Amino acid sequence: MAWESVIGLEVHLQLATVSKIFSGAPTTFGAAPNTQACAVDLAMPGMLPVLNAEAVRCAVKFGLGIGAQIGHRSVFDRKNYFYPDLPKGYQISQFEAPIVGRGEFEIALEDGSTRSIGITRAHLEEDAGKSLHEDYHGCSGIDLNRAGTPLLEIVTDPDIRNAQEAVAYLKALHSLVTYLGISDGDMSQGSMRCDINISLRPAGTDTLGTRAEIKNVNSFRFVEKAIACEIERQSDILEDGGEVVQETRLYDAERDETRSMRSKEVANDYRYFPEPDLLPVVIDDDYIEAVRASLPELPVEKRHRFAAQYGLSTYDAGVLSDSRELADYFEAVAAACGDAKMAANWVQVELLGQLNRSELGIADSPVSAADLGGLIARILDNSISGKIAKQVFEHMWQGQGSADEIIEAQGLKQVSDSGALEAMVDQVIADNGAQVEQYLAADEGKRKKLIGFFVGQVMKVSKGQANPKMVNELLAKKLT
Amino acid sequence: MAIDQHEIEKIAQLARIRIADDQIGEVTARIAEILGMVDRLQAVDTAAVEPMANPLDDTQRLRPDAVTEENRREDFQAIAPAVEDGLYLVPRVID
Repeated sequence: MAWESVIGLEVHLQLATVSKIFSGAPTTFGAAPNTQACAVDLAMPGMLPVLNAEAVRCAVKFGLGIGAQIGHRSVFDRKNYFYPDLPKGYQISQFEAPIVGRGEFEIALEDGSTRSIGITRAHLEEDAGKSLHEDYHGCSGIDLNRAGTPLLEIVTDPDIRNAQEAVAYLKALHSLVTYLGISDGDMSQGSMRCDINISLRPAGTDTLGTRAEIKNVNSFRFVEKAIACEIERQSDILEDGGEVVQETRLYDAERDETRSMRSKEVANDYRYFPEPDLLPVVIDDDYIEAVRASLPELPVEKRHRFAAQYGLSTYDAGVLSDSRELADYFEAVAAACGDAKMAANWVQVELLGQLNRSELGIADSPVSAADLGGLIARILDNSISGKIAKQVFEHMWQGQGSADEIIEAQGLKQVSDSGALEAMVDQVIADNGAQVEQYLAADEGKRKKLIGFFVGQVMKVSKGQANPKMVNELLAKKLT
Repeated sequence: MAIDQHEIEKIAQLARIRIADDQIGEVTARIAEILGMVDRLQAVDTAAVEPMANPLDDTQRLRPDAVTEENRREDFQAIAPAVEDGLYLVPRVID
């Protein structure tokens, strides 16, 4: 039977605040264990939470970024469970009245099409600490530095149909939250963690099958692989006439498989109730409008603008608007050389190619946007050919100066002086008598092919610096 | 609304409360009484009443995003039963 997979994602996004959501302890990553866990984070008796204004602002920014309804009155709730990295015995979260309501999110797929993914809700909550199960004399070690770090949990509708769409959604989400500046989005540091809800149903039907939840997947690649192997596992079960068990599973990257996390499923009864230590959070329209006014141009808007303004394909516009830094860089190159399509091409092929090979980000590029624009301008004014430009770019990458400096120092300027070119063409004709005879004996159709040989020879003599258009014209004139 | 002994045991487990075997009957009966009172309250028509998240007629104040707490790990760990390498040690937990 053909199965259709139904996927929903829950992303836990660490918000870029300097202090915790309910305490004044710092949130810096990588500090020595428990040096950033204050009395509130440790749940010392009598400690009370006080909500961080910036966490609220980040959540509202996100809500406006996906065109969602903002909860004018949102409420915090206690989610009760026992685990040593949660010292209070409950997590402060939001249940009935989240800060961000329903929204929509447009993603661009690799084939150039776009899809809209529904966002069910997004709510604020606190992170838990970390449990280390290594050898502590049969004990577990607890580090509460992360306890109380603000999280925004973003929940999608079951709108996603395959691994590629899931990854496209996560990449678009990453792009949005970094544009908004509400999170660094760094999956390797746990700033963006993903839970995957996945079920199968016979293709063409509408009812939802029993789902499994894969917890805490921490890279784009693992999300793709985890979904692929979970689809395979569930379809194997269903093909054999079995039933999928609703459970929490873990993706094991080394074995490339998912496995059940809990042997005996303790009922997920979190007994939510309103957090009595926090009052309802009221957000008025003035506040929302002030936040809206502070929003930058968002990735989707930029993508549409790049396509319209510069005539780029959806794919190219998507690549170039992926991060604010890259988009700014591209626009600076386009402004400097005056040709956006050339700029798009050079940024995507040469620059991103080199950056990827060197594992550098756009901010670390050794070639500035102004310098790359300067190089392209020399192609456009026929000072150098595209081929020579690639050589010049290599030298620029190695820090040997601007395009003009390198062209000057290495004498790479294209030869457009007709006298000099004519001498070269004459020499090539004199040196290749046999080919000249062959050319003159050939008909018009064959000549077009044969002339390439002479152009190549002239380029060789000129070390690639001859103006190809002028060479072609001279050859056509002289070979008669 | 009735509640049976099995449910009381489950709730006690979720809340990590130990109830002695000879007391569980009495606990069940008393909680059933409380639920009886809830049943009476449920009979009141509350259709026009907005759910109350907090009895105080006020809204949450926010604090500015600033670090105000210093590292006091030494003080906190001095009263912990077991610590090592800066970590709090607890009975082993594995998922």
